[in-house]
Amino acid sequence: MRITCPLCGARDRREFYYKGDAVALDRPDPAAGEAAWDDYVHNRDNPAGPTRELWYHESGCSAWLVVTRDTRTHEISGVDLASDLAADVAGAGA
Amino acid sequence: MRFSGLRVLKEGLTGNKGWQAHWRDAEPKGEYDVVIIGGGGHGLSTAYYLAKNHGIRSVAVLEKGYLGGGNVGRNTTIVRANYFLPGNSEFYSHSLKLWEGLEQDLNYNTMLSQRGQITLFHSDGQRDAAIRRGNSIVNQGDEAELLSLAQLKKMVPYLDYEQQRFPIHGALISRRSGTARHDAVAWGYARGASERGVDLVQNCEVTGIDIEGGKVTGVQTSRGAIKAKKVAMIVAGRSSQVAAMAGMRLPIESHVLQAFVTEGLKPCIDHVISFGMGHFYISQSDKGGLVFGGDLDFYASYAQRGNLPMVEHVMEAGMTLMPAIGKARVLRSWGGIMDMSPDGSPIIDRTHIGGLYLNCGWCYGGFKAVPGSGYSMAHLVATDEPHEPAARFRLDRFRTGYGLMDEEGTGMQHNLH
Repeated sequence: MRITCPLCGARDRREFYYKGDAVALDRPDPAAGEAAWDDYVHNRDNPAGPTRELWYHESGCSAWLVVTRDTRTHEISGVDLASDLAADVAGAGA
Repeated sequence: MRFSGLRVLKEGLTGNKGWQAHWRDAEPKGEYDVVIIGGGGHGLSTAYYLAKNHGIRSVAVLEKGYLGGGNVGRNTTIVRANYFLPGNSEFYSHSLKLWEGLEQDLNYNTMLSQRGQITLFHSDGQRDAAIRRGNSIVNQGDEAELLSLAQLKKMVPYLDYEQQRFPIHGALISRRSGTARHDAVAWGYARGASERGVDLVQNCEVTGIDIEGGKVTGVQTSRGAIKAKKVAMIVAGRSSQVAAMAGMRLPIESHVLQAFVTEGLKPCIDHVISFGMGHFYISQSDKGGLVFGGDLDFYASYAQRGNLPMVEHVMEAGMTLMPAIGKARVLRSWGGIMDMSPDGSPIIDRTHIGGLYLNCGWCYGGFKAVPGSGYSMAHLVATDEPHEPAARFRLDRFRTGYGLMDEEGTGMQHNLH
């Protein structure tokens, strides 16, 4: 499996650290309550199919990436910089 | 039909014409007291103990493929009870005791081989941890024994003891641990359940779970609707998909774990050997193949196959530990889907829906749990009360933070186990 980092190009999977579902981009409000935080920290959709997840280019440029990947085939259909998506979210909220 | 030495002799002398199918391939009925989703090891053992211990015989096991075609037929067959933390410790202790009586109980040869499991340590700190773990296991009523370097060298002379990276200082051995014939465990439980009236329904995929007024009423399947007073979801590897049919999101992430087997060799490895520093473990099957594996690939997957970096890592670890196996040729490798929970421990619990029960989160240790899991799950389903050895496998421990069982001590997060 190779991941195409938007900054560094296609690199071996070993350069990347896997964080998991990209749910971390949807962090609840600190006052959202126990149920929302329990759901955010522990529960996952865990789909058999396309999913968005966070990978860290640990041995490369240190960027956090949002990788769209199919868990049935390991095929990667998109890689974005998490910082770009976070900026979009912040921009949409402003 | 009972199996015995005499029977084998008689059949051998009469052309083996008297053997019958070991279980009934049942057609689904319209209604059952209990429907078990999943015909793997845990589902079959749950059905068996429901019938045997609780007299509940109106039971169907619904399997979307063929019986025992999932992880129970695709693992590295290791049976052990060397856990440290309360919760895990008493559960696996109970399960190992069931293993020890299983062949007689089922009248089925599961080929349990208590060859001993050796867990290596490589530093003074790890020796202290091994002593602590061993004492904990002994206090709980099971056995563990510390092996000095001299004892270990006599027992397994072929390890690379003097290596620079992880010099071996000794080991903890669990002599009652070992291996079992994985398929036979599924078949034995299937036979025992079927003999007691349980319907084992293959090629029957559950496509919906019916819930009315907060209570489960049955399931929709590829072979029609089936009513049920109680439904048990026992589908490690597909837990999130099945639970989603009941509107639940689980604290589960599915990962791939790879394993490997070599060509058959003369007997050379007499134990199960765990090399934690290399994430490597190995045993030799009765056919002679070296069966070994490593750690997760560490990304979510349902592909039932992994990637080459972990293959390379496992081979490197094997060569680091025992260079003697370097010329053995790998016959095949495979990947299984692991239900990974945030603390690395399983879940056997009720759900918030009446009559709906959950058994999942076995991470990479489900095989050894098959007897204990079914025994405790059957108790839960039959009585609505948790069975003591599995009482700590609660679903709500993640929400409350009480009773977490992080055996590895790596942290209570999805990506750390």
